[in-house]
Amino acid sequence: MSDVLRVEVVSSTGIVWEGDARSVIVRTSEGDIGILPNHEPLLASLVPCAAEVLSASDTREVVAIDGGFISVADNRVSLLSQFAKIAQEIDLVAAEHELAAAEKRINEGELDEETRHHFLRAQAQVRAARMAREN
Amino acid sequence: MATSLRELRQRRKSVTATKKITRAMELIASSRIIKAQQAAARALPYTRELNRAVSAVANYSHQDHPLTRSVENPKRVAVLFITSDRGMNGAYSSNVIKTVAQIRQRLAEEGKEIVRYVVGRKGIGFLNYRQIPIEASWEGFSDSPTYDRAVEISDRLLADFLRPTEEGGVDEIWAVYTRMESMLSQVPRVRRVLPLEVVEGVHEVGEDEAIPLYEFEPDPNTVLDSLLPLYIRSRIWFYLLQSAASQLASQQKAMKSATDNAQQLIERLTRQANQARQAEITQEITEIVGGASALAESVEND
Repeated sequence: MSDVLRVEVVSSTGIVWEGDARSVIVRTSEGDIGILPNHEPLLASLVPCAAEVLSASDTREVVAIDGGFISVADNRVSLLSQFAKIAQEIDLVAAEHELAAAEKRINEGELDEETRHHFLRAQAQVRAARMAREN
Repeated sequence: MATSLRELRQRRKSVTATKKITRAMELIASSRIIKAQQAAARALPYTRELNRAVSAVANYSHQDHPLTRSVENPKRVAVLFITSDRGMNGAYSSNVIKTVAQIRQRLAEEGKEIVRYVVGRKGIGFLNYRQIPIEASWEGFSDSPTYDRAVEISDRLLADFLRPTEEGGVDEIWAVYTRMESMLSQVPRVRRVLPLEVVEGVHEVGEDEAIPLYEFEPDPNTVLDSLLPLYIRSRIWFYLLQSAASQLASQQKAMKSATDNAQQLIERLTRQANQARQAEITQEITEIVGGASALAESVEND
């Protein structure tokens, strides 16, 4: 198959990863979704997760996503996430630390939007970092 | 000579010290501009993709959304303006403040009251001094904004926008920022942030690319719901970055002219000091010659 996906992972401060890929797996608000070349145009909102991109050179890139969007059209995939971070760049220890701190705050009854978001972001980062480590 | 040699030298020394400072600030500003411009450039892909997504959704969902709905006759208008934290950057902050004063007048003529949201210590100081009420203010990051700050500001603005006017909410949100046109020109700009004109966004994308038939998950409205706040954040983020770059550019410009001016002063003072020194020497010689001839005359007379 000659078709490849042109993938761009964009965070608010810049492009996190870009390149050609065979498939992209992310979690939308409805559940996990896998994108292969020639996918129909799609615009979906994401939930915090560890997104996987199988690049054209057969390496697996894991990116921590904290919500945002995926848009697919004409074999172009853009993952938009405010604080997207590529797994190799995540400091696992720091991320775990942050996760524990956020968890503690939630357990103490701070249930506001920001704490929750913090928790989910940290969770996604830890998951992504662990996944990258397994490879 | 009016001023003594010692005074002239002292003044020259002090101007030299000032020049060193302004020169250093000029160099710092010029190195940081590059960083600020790079940061602004890096944020572009995100803004671009977000614009595209918003126009795509807006094309499908023509439904009334709280963020796109405009109030029939707006009464309270929020104005966010971005100034600097410190001085030493020429007319940067005062240009923004002047622009705000202009819109205030325009809005007042239309019978709208403005509520001020300020970024930067200069703006805060300006309003406090005149005892003008500030709704909310942020400071300490005017030359190197972070995305978190943009989130903080836009969340506050959104919260006030969504609150009914009677309870202290606002009907419209405007932003005044300084656009970095080039290193030489930075222009204050006024933009309406809310309510959004999504239709406008559709044209922005339309450069010979048609918007494909998207499938939405879960559905267009939910997507739009979560997309719009992100869009606002990215707008504010864009304004902060542009302002930061402009601020540094105008700082560099101001510091360059201060350095040039100091250089001119130094040259003038040096010339005056040399003149004063020469005058002193000449006077001394005249005195010595005068004294010697007087002495010679008295010897001859003996």
